Amino acid sequence: MMKIEELYKKLIEKFGEEGFEHVADGVVEPWIVVKPEQLRDVAKFLRDEPGLRFDSLMCLSGVHYQKEEQLGVTYHLDSTSEKHKLTLKVLMPQDDARVPSIEQIWKTADWHEREAFDMFGIHFEGHPDHRRILCPDDWEGYPLRKDYKEQEFYRGMKVAY
Amino acid sequence: MGFLDTTYKDSNIIVVSLEKALNWARKSSLWYMQFGLACCAIEMMATAASRYDFDRFGIIPRSSPRQADVMIVAGTVTLKMATRIQRLYEQMSEPRYVISMGSCSNCGGPYWEHGYHVLKGVDRVVPVDVYVPGCPPRPEALLQGFLHLQKKIMNETLVEGVDPTKAVVIEDQGGEDVSIKNVDETEEHKKAQIEFPQQDAHRKESGS
Repeated sequence: MMKIEELYKKLIEKFGEEGFEHVADGVVEPWIVVKPEQLRDVAKFLRDEPGLRFDSLMCLSGVHYQKEEQLGVTYHLDSTSEKHKLTLKVLMPQDDARVPSIEQIWKTADWHEREAFDMFGIHFEGHPDHRRILCPDDWEGYPLRKDYKEQEFYRGMKVAY
Repeated sequence: MGFLDTTYKDSNIIVVSLEKALNWARKSSLWYMQFGLACCAIEMMATAASRYDFDRFGIIPRSSPRQADVMIVAGTVTLKMATRIQRLYEQMSEPRYVISMGSCSNCGGPYWEHGYHVLKGVDRVVPVDVYVPGCPPRPEALLQGFLHLQKKIMNETLVEGVDPTKAVVIEDQGGEDVSIKNVDETEEHKKAQIEFPQQDAHRKESGS
């Protein structure tokens, strides 16, 4: 079982300090910020490295930081054998929201990534089935963005009350 | 010897108007299409199960719209599902009826303001005969809705000039005395018709 500080040390030992950030705001669990380019390598390392063995992706969520004009993805990882947890965050600009898919590493990410795409418009590059999961395919906009404005009509049906 | 002034030895003959006989047959075997969309479906299932027993009224579930007389829209109608509801309604053979069950399908329910994905009332896509209020309605309420639908069906007529599809208001004081009035006849509806445009205007002002 490893604490997040130790995990952070392990990561910068392997990948160098560039692009990693360990944040603890004292309110929620501390997290580690990862650059989108490095995400897939980091994920693979976290899953396969003996002593880390993050074999389960508990949750993947999209976040919209309106003030910073950024979109983010938060990954909650868990290791069932080593009994430790880790929160990863990836940030990207709002108008060019791209992040590599980790569906090949944790299968759980498949539908979670589709949901984050559906609700926030985050593009997961390399996802094998990249389409909306909840809204209809011809839906306009991404509902969970803070500046979302619902469309007036959907297929001739009035949306507002 | 005519037909009517004869007395018969066995009692297998009933004299009734054709209209009444048709309506009676129709109302006594309302097969409903299972259309559970949300939590209301649980109450619908409970109504069909042994304690409340829909089958007492000849009401039994069907899985195909082709075999169904009435569609119970039980639950939140999302815009995605609304297109399917329309299609399924079109697939039902006439005469067909719709019961809107619960607040969501009546008017959007708790999603009326911020539910971007919810259709604010199923009557925007299919004509509704009976609205059952509640969130979700208890099985008794759904049964009451069916009894009202039966009353409405008994009120149908083949006479020319009377529109059988016209909406009616059922005045139910509890007990046996239920009267059915055409929509234009009731004071409440006249009042409601005056009130609705005001609400709409208010909504336009507030910009929602």
